[in-house]
Amino acid sequence: MSAPSSLARDLAAIVGQRHVRQSRAERLTYAMDGLPTHRRLPDVVVLPGTREELIAVVRLLAVHRLPFVPRGAGTGLSGGALAGAGAVLVVLTRVNRILRLDHANRLAVVEPGVVNTKLTAAARPHGLHYAPDPSSQSACTIGGNVAENAGGPHCLKYGVTANHVLALEVLFADGTLVDLGSPGGEPWGPDLVGLFVGSEGNFGIATRITVRLTPLPRAVRTMLADFSGLRAAGEGVSAVIAAGIVPAALEMMDQSCIRAVEDSVYAAGYPRDAAAILLVELDGRDEHAVVAEAEVVAELLRKAGARSVRTAADDAERERLWQGRKKAFGAMGRLSRDLVVQDAVVPRSALPAVLETIAGIARRHELVVSNVFHAGDGNLHPNISFDATDPAMKARVEEASAEIMAACIAVGGTITGEHGVGLDKLRYMPLIFDPESLGAMLAVRRVFDPEERVNPGKVVPVHACREWTHGVRSRSGSPNPGAPPRGQPIGAL
Amino acid sequence: MTILEKVTALLGEGAVLEAGTDRVPRIAPGSPDAVALLLGTAHQEGWRVRIEGAGTWLQSDAPADLALTTRRLDRIPAIEPPDLTATAEAGIGLDQLRQQLADRGAWLAVDPPGLAGRTLGSIVATATAGPLRQGFGPIKDHLLGVTFVTGDGRMVQSGGRVMKNVAGYDLTRLQAGGFGAFGVIVLVHLRLRTLPRADITYLLEGSRAELTQVGEDIAAAGLTPAALELVSPALARRERWVLGVRLAGSPALVAADETGLGAATGGGGRFTALRAEEAHAFWMRLAEGFAVRPVTFRIGGVPAASDELLDLLQHQLGDEWISASPAAGAIRWTGEATVDRLQRLRRTLAGLEVPLTLERAPWPLRGAVGHFGAYREGVGPLVTGLRRTFDPGGGLVVATEGE
Repeated sequence: MSAPSSLARDLAAIVGQRHVRQSRAERLTYAMDGLPTHRRLPDVVVLPGTREELIAVVRLLAVHRLPFVPRGAGTGLSGGALAGAGAVLVVLTRVNRILRLDHANRLAVVEPGVVNTKLTAAARPHGLHYAPDPSSQSACTIGGNVAENAGGPHCLKYGVTANHVLALEVLFADGTLVDLGSPGGEPWGPDLVGLFVGSEGNFGIATRITVRLTPLPRAVRTMLADFSGLRAAGEGVSAVIAAGIVPAALEMMDQSCIRAVEDSVYAAGYPRDAAAILLVELDGRDEHAVVAEAEVVAELLRKAGARSVRTAADDAERERLWQGRKKAFGAMGRLSRDLVVQDAVVPRSALPAVLETIAGIARRHELVVSNVFHAGDGNLHPNISFDATDPAMKARVEEASAEIMAACIAVGGTITGEHGVGLDKLRYMPLIFDPESLGAMLAVRRVFDPEERVNPGKVVPVHACREWTHGVRSRSGSPNPGAPPRGQPIGAL
Repeated sequence: MTILEKVTALLGEGAVLEAGTDRVPRIAPGSPDAVALLLGTAHQEGWRVRIEGAGTWLQSDAPADLALTTRRLDRIPAIEPPDLTATAEAGIGLDQLRQQLADRGAWLAVDPPGLAGRTLGSIVATATAGPLRQGFGPIKDHLLGVTFVTGDGRMVQSGGRVMKNVAGYDLTRLQAGGFGAFGVIVLVHLRLRTLPRADITYLLEGSRAELTQVGEDIAAAGLTPAALELVSPALARRERWVLGVRLAGSPALVAADETGLGAATGGGGRFTALRAEEAHAFWMRLAEGFAVRPVTFRIGGVPAASDELLDLLQHQLGDEWISASPAAGAIRWTGEATVDRLQRLRRTLAGLEVPLTLERAPWPLRGAVGHFGAYREGVGPLVTGLRRTFDPGGGLVVATEGE
């Protein structure tokens, strides 16, 4: 159904005129997320300021049966928060209150627009923090983290977003609200919270999010190890994990990335001549135990071939080492006009071989690929520098990306570890899931959103799904007359 | 043709096992494909199918035309110690899996209730975590992916076998704790840990109030025990309540936690350190205790409510056989109970935002009470929609919500 001419006026009546963006210039602000290879211009952008306004907006869209796309801070890297023609972009950054901090039970209740680091800042006086820490954490929102099941460097020890969400209040496309999960973490029946987290906005909008808070570690050691070869660095990762030590974080950067960081304002003192560095952080309750583990790790890394292993002397040096890592994507902006941050996961033991394969792909396509990634999880982030105004180069980037994905899949890996499928990886989904499994996902989506109006055209490639004729039910349990014909791409709505 | 004749023609005589006391034919497909073939046929024929593992946990008494047991799905296709992952079929016994992992220096950090031969599929399908949930989280946190067969015989993969994965919706978490309502799990990809190099258990006996305070002191001190379990006297077979503290990990961390345990609780001398075989016996006794009485359920509240919830259970059902992770807010109870009492307890708990999950009970009781219930508004239709998606004919006999 197309938008009525009165839509903008009706939205403005809910949120105020200044929070409805209609001009092309204003809408262009929302045409991309953090991935420069996808662009879509929404028809209308609306920014509700409260939960009640958000509910009213979604109910208005339900009346008109309009598709819409929820969006947080727009820091995603999969094109997942883009709304094309015919869809309304619902931006959640103003729905951003921390509703409750319960330090006794180590949980918080927040609205979706709360920025990740603001939650940790609020929890810190109580000796707690919100553990998932994506690199964009100073801007990204908890709602976006839930939609993407976001990770981050410290997820190696503390787990990804799904491990920290206890309960959700969810707003469905038809405007109804449902509470999922409980503050204690035990589900009311099947684990619908677990199913919702990472569904990339396809099931609805999380309007209230109850998350687990984690005690701040009392002792921390951050180490920098540098290697003359990528393979040796990869072997260092394996040695640490095999020793039964679980670092809080275990990150790797290759030379291209190191130099980009060192040439930028984020220079962290990384050795420019290293082929790779490992950033290893150990934390815990007891200073002596952490120091003892740090010594074991340092010895393992030296045996694996580290030229040097240095421990941050104080908090300032630790912060500098981490700033270099977390701002690496920004630093790589120096290398070229545009940057594609890829995301894939491989078995840890395959890291050295896959890194060599990626280097070969880069050479073959004459592209600069820099690697900065969560080595402890095997979660790669090959970053391809390019100029999007050069169509031939852009085509080579697409080909190289596809080859990198294929290389990761070939060793038993997957196409995304934390950035999501969104638009960008739709084409790869049939490489890892058969038509039956994709069909199952589509059928599940239709249980939550029978008309497929929330974030249409993302995650599941409809053309690759086997039909689940009996799976389609409205949430009232009756057959769904509103569902689009089978085989019709969701994006055609 | 009878059902048995049709199944024999379909899967061969080797798949037909001796029936149970209720004479329901017991079929053991030898591969995931055979499970799909059997369920596809059952769907077409309109047979009602109950799902079984080794038959050591959930009572094998649901009314059905045939029982599908996963016990011949007992292979372990992959153990990858460098990657700390493994892939195992759903019918493998946890004891066998644990041994094979240990031989390779790997560890699945779960200690579910039940007997040693309980199958992996049963543990995943019912999401029954034990005391190690304190340190290593619920069952779902140990899963990288599953393959399952729907009620109409479709094979569906979810997740993968790497440490992080956000490709597609997380159907693995739907299956973990779904009690088979959304299909039969046939293959599980697992997240492992290295075998802890140090693993020690301390016990402290005392009144429930005393031990609750000690548990709070341990949590407040920032200690990170693998298990911190408060156990009732009858279950622990002791005179008084017991607090079991298990420390597992690297020698440095365990040594530090041992020191911290003493400091946090007014002197480590209050605790008794168990020898390895004593510790094994203690935790095994605890696990097996939940498989011998007719009814077992779990509840999950916030940590601060644990004491109040224990009082409530004592008042409504008695507290003879109970085990709790107060710091995790998880409590498991076992004993004898009636439909009325369980339904009343579930309603009372729902008012406190505490779900009750019925883990095992004889069919007349679990059919009436259901594994789940007291849903929040709007949740019931979602569960119904998902059940219809994955079991369109309603052939899988699972007491999801009760009557």
